[in-house]
Amino acid sequence: MIEIKDLSKQFGKLKVLNNINLHFQKGECIALIGPNGCGKTTLIKSILGMVLPDNGEILFNSISIKKDIAYRKHIGFMPQIGRYPENMTIGQIISMVKGIRNSDQALDEDLYHRFEIEKLLDKRMCTLSGGTTQKVSATLAFLFNPEVLILDEPTAGLDPLASEILKEKIMAEKAKGKLILITSHLLSELDELISQVIFMQEGHLIFHKNVEQLKVETGVDKISKAIIHILKQPLA
Amino acid sequence: MNSILKYVILDIVKNKIVLAYALILALFSWSAFSLEDNSSKGLLTLLNVILLTVPLVSILFSTIYIYNSSEFVELLVSHPIRRSKIWLSLFAGLSISLVLAFVLGAGIPLLLFADPQKAVMMIAVGILITVIFVAIAFLCSILSRDKAKGIGVSILIWLYFALLFDGLVLFLMFQFADYPIEKVMVGITAFSPIDLSRILILLQLDVSAMMGYTGAIFKDFFGTNIGLFLSFLLLVLWVAVPFSISLKKFKNKDL
Repeated sequence: MIEIKDLSKQFGKLKVLNNINLHFQKGECIALIGPNGCGKTTLIKSILGMVLPDNGEILFNSISIKKDIAYRKHIGFMPQIGRYPENMTIGQIISMVKGIRNSDQALDEDLYHRFEIEKLLDKRMCTLSGGTTQKVSATLAFLFNPEVLILDEPTAGLDPLASEILKEKIMAEKAKGKLILITSHLLSELDELISQVIFMQEGHLIFHKNVEQLKVETGVDKISKAIIHILKQPLA
Repeated sequence: MNSILKYVILDIVKNKIVLAYALILALFSWSAFSLEDNSSKGLLTLLNVILLTVPLVSILFSTIYIYNSSEFVELLVSHPIRRSKIWLSLFAGLSISLVLAFVLGAGIPLLLFADPQKAVMMIAVGILITVIFVAIAFLCSILSRDKAKGIGVSILIWLYFALLFDGLVLFLMFQFADYPIEKVMVGITAFSPIDLSRILILLQLDVSAMMGYTGAIFKDFFGTNIGLFLSFLLLVLWVAVPFSISLKKFKNKDL
């Protein structure tokens, strides 16, 4: 569904992405992990067209994303730190995004109701706490029933209850055969969700493996342990 | 496009600065016409006020507004909408609200008190000056990520066009007073939208006779229809060039 070919990006002298090649299929739930500053967010932003790569290309359903911006209709994005216009209310933001998307499909208002956003519609974005902002981001990401969900640190800042609601929602969407891409540092949270792991370090792709394969190779039963096991070994 | 434009304009109106700007312009215009018994004199007073305040408010307010909308832009780029559309909506939103403030504040008294032809000319020039400085603000704010730097640059640009440019022109005229530089002066005015506008209005006011030989040359050029057309074309270029450079840079910006 999404194909990344020889992607490179440099910020000044710093090479943030170095010849990344990846292939994502439908129905997968992929965890993108790696130390801080390894290029995870830049990779996600390149897929979304927010960062323009120096080299290489990204194909969405075999069409280059440079040529056609319509592919973004099929992506729901939840940013790490949602930045919203401070003077707008939650209701205005939601209706503006609805206007832009202009989708005739039925909206998925599951999170909207479960996070009780309807009680907050008149609140201005600058008065919201970090957790509530994350709830708005999550609601917007899932609202349009997208085929691909890109979640950057989705559970950071959410209270345990909201975090559990979000996880259930991710599972439900995965069951519907959607492609889900998650970055997170909280490895233990991912255990029940993901089917594949991508590990990046300093802009390089270290590996892209199935969870089962990873567990067999390292001989442990948890992803978090498997990653730590790999990190301790000198990388070939 | 309309859906974004609506929210941009709503946001600007909610921010009461533009309203205050319209009120101040109205105050200036009504007092300029009420205090002078001669409408031409009132027009001259108003011209100087407009050529000083309109560019300042347009460029400063727009620059700060664009920096403050970085979140808004960030929110939109991950959605299926063209970057050029986002940038154009911001530009249209700022231009429309500032132009409206100008027309409501200064336009109404102009139409009431001044000779219609002169009033229309003045309103047209004021609208163009507003849009020109909004366009320059877009260029200033895309050049640097640093807000303080961007605002600093826009203040310097205003200072240059509003005050320094005149000084430079005067200096050149004194230095080359022995040469026939009148025709060159016509060309030099093209480099400052404010001076270009000032000359356009002054020639409408029949005070060009006081400008001596230079005034006569100006009248020869700007007084004709072709001159008028060319100067308006130049003013439009002052909008198009800065804005299209900023648009090109915005399309290739990493957010």
